[in-house]
Amino acid sequence: MRPLTPRRILSICGLLATVLFVTVVISLRVGAYPISMRDIVITLFNGAIGRGDTSEFSQVIFGLRLPRIALGILVGAALSTSGAGFQALLRNPLADPYVLGVSSGAALGAMLSLIIAPHTVGAIQLAAFVGAAATIAAVYFLGRRGGQLDSATLLLAGIIAASFLSAIIIFLLTLVNGPGLRSMTFWLMGDLTAPAPTQNVLGWFGFLYFVFVVAAGAMYTTSSDLNLILTGEQEAGHLGVNVTRVKLVVYVAASVLTGLAVSVSGTIGYVGLLVPHVMRMLFGTDYRLLIPTSAIGGAIVIVLADTLGRTIVAPTELPVGAMTALAGAPVFIYLMRRRIR
Amino acid sequence: MNAGAENGAAMTHQPIPLAPPKRVRLKVEQASYAYSATDRSAPKFTLGPVSFEAQQRELVAILGPNASGKSTLLKLLAGLIKPLSGRVEVDGTEVSELDLRTRAQQIALVSQESELLFPLRVWEYVLQGRYPYGKRLRFESDEDCLLAGNALAQVGADALRDRWMEQLSGGEKQRVILARALAQQPSLLLLDEPTQHLDIGGKVELLRRLRRLADENRYTVVVVTHELNLAAEFSDRIALLHKGKCLRIGEPGEVYQQEVLEEVFEAPLEVEKRSSGRPRVILRGSH
Repeated sequence: MRPLTPRRILSICGLLATVLFVTVVISLRVGAYPISMRDIVITLFNGAIGRGDTSEFSQVIFGLRLPRIALGILVGAALSTSGAGFQALLRNPLADPYVLGVSSGAALGAMLSLIIAPHTVGAIQLAAFVGAAATIAAVYFLGRRGGQLDSATLLLAGIIAASFLSAIIIFLLTLVNGPGLRSMTFWLMGDLTAPAPTQNVLGWFGFLYFVFVVAAGAMYTTSSDLNLILTGEQEAGHLGVNVTRVKLVVYVAASVLTGLAVSVSGTIGYVGLLVPHVMRMLFGTDYRLLIPTSAIGGAIVIVLADTLGRTIVAPTELPVGAMTALAGAPVFIYLMRRRIR
Repeated sequence: MNAGAENGAAMTHQPIPLAPPKRVRLKVEQASYAYSATDRSAPKFTLGPVSFEAQQRELVAILGPNASGKSTLLKLLAGLIKPLSGRVEVDGTEVSELDLRTRAQQIALVSQESELLFPLRVWEYVLQGRYPYGKRLRFESDEDCLLAGNALAQVGADALRDRWMEQLSGGEKQRVILARALAQQPSLLLLDEPTQHLDIGGKVELLRRLRRLADENRYTVVVVTHELNLAAEFSDRIALLHKGKCLRIGEPGEVYQQEVLEEVFEAPLEVEKRSSGRPRVILRGSH
């Protein structure tokens, strides 16, 4: 009997954080414009001490690659944490924000906010959250049969919701040409090329990461409860879990995380499915460990996928969503056929 | 000393005093309940009012045909639903007034089936029984591990601790589910048709084990079952339900009357008295 301890969580997360660091370094180095390790260190050092550096290295690292990596870490962590949350909330191992149509709902919300209130700060994130929350609520109710949540019906409802919402997105993009609406690829496939605002970049990232920490932290407070809910909601109730409160917290937190990711990267698929399952295989099913490892694992996967996407066919780029779909779709089919339990 | 502490003491192998005075643990007073499709519509099913008491070390069986109200009564005892009228008390406190965690420390409910979403080891599952004793985000202590290990030993499932739950047989799984309930250190142990998926050997073993748990660890055990003869053999008291009413309650010999059982179960039944004094039910004309 080896129960989970905070020390074990810290050591595993430390290990994964090291892998993430290595991935980030690789991502900084490679690309259409390769940079040596020495130049990276010097450029980062100059940047850290505030020494003015107008070299090409500095422009590539601080202007292009570092913001993209920071965005990738945020999006990967948010989508994976959200996927782990949806799997417990809906008691469905195949649940994922993309498969359930939640990402499409968030994308539609974000698009509408860009059309209606393009210059309001934070409106896009809020609208994406509302879109995500409304979609998962609709899918939840469509996925019920005879008063019970049915696994297959739920997935079908999600697929239908995703295709319906994608059709509306295409329709809107065809008709409207609003400021900053971006391309159809962005909303349907997702990428990390969103330019950071020209002013107060740190404040912008600070806002995004703050929202992530609050939502993921709220979900983490329910992790002991989620372990019990995975063995059955009624049984969890018998053991003293306030199931309604836990489900509400996870529902809001997972919707916020999906909305946050989609508002800056479009709809990137399968990360929320793939990463929590890999983490379960590696480290077990305990949500006290699964949530932080999924967050770091998701960050690794997105940074890696984006790095591959911009290097394997350089100078052309593949959107990161295409890379994750290439890896995620076969895993989805594998899990579905195995009917993972 | 409350019952949870008593059970903990028993698990750490402290001697149990011989024949301590029994005291009332579960008290049901005129408790009733009604299910309606909507708030305003007429009730689709009504239970009660039901009254009975159960003491420490007693095993009570709730019997009756399908849709007689057995599971509803068990939910009332577990505090999952609040009685429309009357009271259900455990150790002098009304069950519906207890907060969720306190209730889980006093009452353990073993459901019919446990459906796991992801693979889980037996010890991880049993450790979940310690959840009511921790804070919201908790990590299990050495004491939790000791108590979970003792609970596994009490049901004879020590050797299963590192197995995966999904690899267990029906009987093994039932024992592990019971161990998780024991890890809660409850004073009242409720079981909803625990013999449903067991063969006859498994059924006898389970009832014998529950009897022993009640005798040795001072639990009060309430079992919903369809097993007339096993209930007669192992229980101290039987509540016989029919169409939402408690027809009889008492010792097996008092409750098992041929005409009553035939009316309730709508079958030709005969009641024999065994040498032990306990009744046995057989199909009329089958011998």
